[in-house]
Amino acid sequence: MRLIINKIVLGLSTLSALIGLAFLGWILITLFMKGLGSFHLSLFLNDLIDGGLRNLIVGQFILAGIAATIGIPLGMAAGIYIQEYGRGKYAEVIRNLSDIMMSAPSIVIGAFVYAIIVVPTGGTSGFAGAIALAIMMLPIVISTTDNMLSLVPKELREAGIALGASKYKVIVDIVIKAAKVGIMTGILLAFARIIGETAPLLFTSETSNYFSLDLTESFPSLTVSIYDLANEPEESSRDLAWAASFILTVLVLTINLAGRFITRNKKR
Amino acid sequence: MPVMNIKDFSFTYPGVDSPSLKNINMKIRKNKITALIGPSGCGKSTLLRSMNRIHDLYPGNKYDGIIELFNTDTNEMQNILDIKKENEFIELRQKVGMIFQKPTPFPMSIFDNVAYGLKIAGIKDKSELEGRVEQALKDSVLWKEVQDRLSKSAMGLSGGQQQRLCIARAVAVKPEVILFDEPTSALDPISTGAIEELLVELKKDVSIAIVTHNMQQASRISDHTAFMYLGDLIEFDKTENIFLNPKEKQTEDYITGRFG
Amino acid sequence: MEKIFRNLSLSSASLVFIILLGIFITLFLASKDAINEFGIGFITNPNWNKEVSIDATDKSSQSAQDFSLEDDFLADDEDDMILDEDDAILDEDDMLFDDSIKKTFTDYGALVPIVGTLLTTLIALIFALPIAMGIAVFLAEIAPKNIAAPISVAIELLAAIPSIIFGMWGLYYFAPIVADLVGGYQVSLLTAGLVLGIMILPFMAAITRDSMNTTPDVLKESAYAMGATKFEVIKDIIFPYSKVGIIGSIILALGRALGETMAVAFLIGSIFALPTAINSPTISIPVAMANNFGEASGLGESSLFYLALILFVISFGVISFAKLYFLKGAR
Ligand SMILES: Nc1ncnc2c1ncn2[C@@H]1O[C@H](COP(=O)(O)OP(=O)(O)OP(=O)(O)O)[C@@H](O)[C@H]1O
Ligand SMILES: [Mg+2]
Repeated sequence: MRLIINKIVLGLSTLSALIGLAFLGWILITLFMKGLGSFHLSLFLNDLIDGGLRNLIVGQFILAGIAATIGIPLGMAAGIYIQEYGRGKYAEVIRNLSDIMMSAPSIVIGAFVYAIIVVPTGGTSGFAGAIALAIMMLPIVISTTDNMLSLVPKELREAGIALGASKYKVIVDIVIKAAKVGIMTGILLAFARIIGETAPLLFTSETSNYFSLDLTESFPSLTVSIYDLANEPEESSRDLAWAASFILTVLVLTINLAGRFITRNKKR
Repeated sequence: MPVMNIKDFSFTYPGVDSPSLKNINMKIRKNKITALIGPSGCGKSTLLRSMNRIHDLYPGNKYDGIIELFNTDTNEMQNILDIKKENEFIELRQKVGMIFQKPTPFPMSIFDNVAYGLKIAGIKDKSELEGRVEQALKDSVLWKEVQDRLSKSAMGLSGGQQQRLCIARAVAVKPEVILFDEPTSALDPISTGAIEELLVELKKDVSIAIVTHNMQQASRISDHTAFMYLGDLIEFDKTENIFLNPKEKQTEDYITGRFG
Repeated sequence: MEKIFRNLSLSSASLVFIILLGIFITLFLASKDAINEFGIGFITNPNWNKEVSIDATDKSSQSAQDFSLEDDFLADDEDDMILDEDDAILDEDDMLFDDSIKKTFTDYGALVPIVGTLLTTLIALIFALPIAMGIAVFLAEIAPKNIAAPISVAIELLAAIPSIIFGMWGLYYFAPIVADLVGGYQVSLLTAGLVLGIMILPFMAAITRDSMNTTPDVLKESAYAMGATKFEVIKDIIFPYSKVGIIGSIILALGRALGETMAVAFLIGSIFALPTAINSPTISIPVAMANNFGEASGLGESSLFYLALILFVISFGVISFAKLYFLKGAR
């Protein structure tokens, strides 16, 4: 009897793993079929106004890139504070708040940026979108940095101090280097996460049909345009949305896998 | 001649009521090896870590008494427990180096590991750096094994090699004292033998304090031995006296293995 | 240098605090008009953007009630309370005066989106929980290493797919099938909840597996050594040992589901009506914001901010609860 129950339960959980994989397969296959069906090299050459995606892809990268340029140094510095300098309550509070911030609804962050940037500046802008993404990225980078630094053995820090290095030198030259691979992986995963975000951009950067590098205007965004296109009645718009989704997913998964790959390689 | 003189020294960890070290009096003599032995938890590491104040990485410790270090510039003894300023701490640690139980190679090349202490001490000249790195590696009997892979990561070395690299790194800054906390307990017998030989060789240039659980090691390499028990220094004397002719019953019990 | 570096990192850390506080204050200020107008009764009011005539007496008396509630609320944290009260009374007079001319005013309430949010999340949890547990058990205990590793990666990749993809796939491929099976609309509470469930599934499975993996091997081995079956080891050793972490993981997934916008936006139908059945369309807070923020102004916009504030407070509460009670020792 015990053995039968055992078999049943193990069978059920194997089945649920299969269900999980089946959904992944289903989504990916759909994306491939629909995406590749509408995929064309000219998508990379034309802007949305001419039926292409070039401006959107470039725009999304710029938004995420600026967000990363802001979020990574700030997040790393904050993570360093929590792990290396922070003592007692304050660091612990910040650590918890950062985790809470990581789970804050992205649309709320969009609303926040709308209120503090879009309203005062009189309109949506690439700048506002990038800030929203940077706020999304900040806690992820903090938590990665914090976790990875905590894996560095304290003897390594002591050895640095025992050689006469100052604390700052030990952190910069030794501790961060020792945690480098893990932090880089975490940052890549964070980047993959924000580059696929839609909600915080909806009313901050919005999107644009034209190629633009002007961060003070509405800014082309791949994800926001997917949402717009997918809701249009014409078949052609929806096909374009599928092609865009396909490209977005490939991008996100590639960055994600690249992150995992560097850890794997380094561990050997 | 002592390079370090510990007088009536007591030490209390934060959040602990009773001191972990009580009224310690002992000396580290110049160009000698001083061994610290005693059962686990008796305070050997605590004492060693007071001697370059690495404890101060963590706040709230309480020091009492005096630990003097010979200052070669003024030819006077100086109480290191008075130190408060960051740059004085840095100076202290450049004079009193430390080697840990597990090897601690930094995540950089072999060369950069050894050069690290020199660089932070302000040496920039490339040929001087190269010369001193080579000398330190030779002093730690590692040169032959690593001379053609200096730019490779230090993580690729064996445990014994890594430990000698750490010693080279400490030696390179020409400290007056090096503190060893069970430097061979993570190593195999052959690497242990190599490190023991190295220590005896090194004492020509530096004074050494070493914590060890290995009685043979203490008797083989040390000149003086301190036996500690429950935070007290029970006996401190020439090594042969401690091992052949201990004055205290507790010391005798411990070294003959009759200890509870 | 040392000082500069330390202070830089301290200020970056404080930024977290400042941003969170900033979000709270900003949302509060931006929703002030709506808060003054509707008070706490906002939460239980099923209207949205609806012209209500003054004759609807129950409504106006209710809103008057809300006022007094609201004033108490303000009195707690504002020093210039007296001024505020004056304002409020003036406002009320204004409003009544206005109404007596126009005979109507635009009413906003959060009941529908709140119910929609809670119900989609509930459906998502009911759907995802057993499957996620199964996957976690499979990965942590059943599958041999060489199978568990690639499947783990696959599950984590599923978690990395942008939510908008889930929404689109859900609308065009998943919902039609569900609607065929269950009947009703393709866009509904049910389909939105299910797609949301599929979306949080991998996330939940991955963190649950991580919690399970914290069980020390010796503990499991000693149970096996007594002749326990795998299921018994899972039930009697692993679950009790990692229970706290697992519950924390579930609440984290719940927090994520509550705030999810895009996966739900495609499927929930976006109509401000209380769902009458599990397969009828409605709306959730994030979707209400996503679809109406662009066009809204005045009281409408303020009401959307009020919604955002409610969502933020709910998610803040849920996550803090998980952190404080379940994930304390997580690191
Ligand atoms: N950070 C700390 N906080 C509080 N008490 C400590 C701390 N570190 C060590 N102790 C206590 O101080 C005493 C001495 O510890 P110490 O590490 O110096 O012993 P030891 O002789 O080096 O032992 P071992 O041979 O095991 O390394 C022990 O009772 C220990 O529990
Ligand atoms: Mg010790």
